[in-house]
Amino acid sequence: MVELTKSPRVTIVDHGLGNLFSVKHACNKVGLNAEITNSKKEILHSDAVILPGVGAFGDAMQTLCRLDLIETLHEFALSKPFIGICLGMQLLMSESTEFGCQEGLGIIKGKVIQFDNPTDDNGKILKVPHVGWNRVCHIHDRKREDTLLKGLDNNEFMYFAHSFYVKPDDPDVVLSVSRYGNIEFCSSLHSKNIFACQFHPERSGKEGLKIYRNLLKMI
Amino acid sequence: MNTIRIIPRLDVKGPNLVKGIQLEGLRVLGKPEKFARYYYENGADELIYMDVVASLYGRNSLIDIVERTSKEIFIPLTVGGGLRTIDDIWNVLRAGADKVFLNTAVINNPDLIKEASKIFGSSTILISIEARRKPDGTYEAFTDNGREKTGVDVFQWAERVAEYGAGEIMVTSVNNEGTGKGFDLELTNKIAESVPIPVIACGGAGTVDHIADVIEKGKADAVSIASILHYNYIRHYKLEDDYSGEGNIEYLKKQKSGFSRIQDKSLNEIKETMIQQGINCRYSSEETVHG
Repeated sequence: MVELTKSPRVTIVDHGLGNLFSVKHACNKVGLNAEITNSKKEILHSDAVILPGVGAFGDAMQTLCRLDLIETLHEFALSKPFIGICLGMQLLMSESTEFGCQEGLGIIKGKVIQFDNPTDDNGKILKVPHVGWNRVCHIHDRKREDTLLKGLDNNEFMYFAHSFYVKPDDPDVVLSVSRYGNIEFCSSLHSKNIFACQFHPERSGKEGLKIYRNLLKMI
Repeated sequence: MNTIRIIPRLDVKGPNLVKGIQLEGLRVLGKPEKFARYYYENGADELIYMDVVASLYGRNSLIDIVERTSKEIFIPLTVGGGLRTIDDIWNVLRAGADKVFLNTAVINNPDLIKEASKIFGSSTILISIEARRKPDGTYEAFTDNGREKTGVDVFQWAERVAEYGAGEIMVTSVNNEGTGKGFDLELTNKIAESVPIPVIACGGAGTVDHIADVIEKGKADAVSIASILHYNYIRHYKLEDDYSGEGNIEYLKKQKSGFSRIQDKSLNEIKETMIQQGINCRYSSEETVHG
């Protein structure tokens, strides 16, 4: 019997509501077999996990807790490719200052903080949420070959929609930065098998899809 | 200066892309997925689907079109027109939309803004404001494509919408929509300066200068345009699909003669002009992709 080549299985963690379907469509487009689920078993049996999400940090953590997925995600994050997108990136951190102080997954040490009156060159206060395309700038001399940003030009435009951003304790995990007015923030990070980005690669055109293609090659 | 967004807006009726012209009604222009795909390939920053007859469900429904589109285009897709409930929003997001916009439902029940932004996240919930200028210079919010009065003052409404947790505001001048006369700069400016969230200007663009004006003078964070792009696209493409029996197709049959007030342009031409005028936008100088 000929064994059929199976396309790599990616689990998109369903922790309520978000742009889960855009993520799934992007995965399918590049040949990843993606399922949206909150089943522990499926998560642990997949080749990679994507933690997506838009919305509130506290609500998402509560949902993950209620679904009893916190330990499962920690376990998965120890060894296999684990990707956090937008709110999913923020959830990886130790804590968020959204509505007081709330605990995150703590897979990456650091904080989630809110844009505090970002201003443009003329001192005018910019709109929050930060919505739209912004440049993703490589960190000087940081190696990208073994990360999901492989093959992306420096200063490439990606699509953002957020009011908060992450500040990892260890500056070495920061893979790229972006600038909103006078505020420079971490727009993607990489630590061992973990990659996370504040922007939405599934909604960042052909350049964004490269990140999903890199994931396909990696697993 | 922050990076502004150029957002093609596709008005959908049944399976067709349509465009309303003041006094003339709706013209059929083609298939929405084809236009969406073309704009995606050519540098659109986002897309808006507006269902002008609010036919969310059933055969040839908006949801079908959203699903087909979302599998092929990888930029944000905002969908609205006839969304009334949390379930409606959920169904559209499930089909692959990234954001939704609401008007009628929230004018009648503003708490729906709070509820929806709590469930789906603020950045997912856009509020569309259709503003009609009254003879005394004030603006009243309308619903149903500018047909129904609400008695609500536009500027007070805009501030309330932002307080209630909307992620962005789309503001359409009912007076200027479909005329090609330009945006209502006063209207856009007053809203953009009074709310902390991004404002998308819609309705009235006839030339590239109008777009630059609403960014510089109107302080819009994003601009939604339809006619300028649609007429450019159809001028270059053959009519391939069969439209028999589907709405007002006279325009398509008449060799697509355009509309005198509209100076049609491609997305690349528009963005080139923006860059020349010192307006930041996502732009690559690659040639137009024909497909």
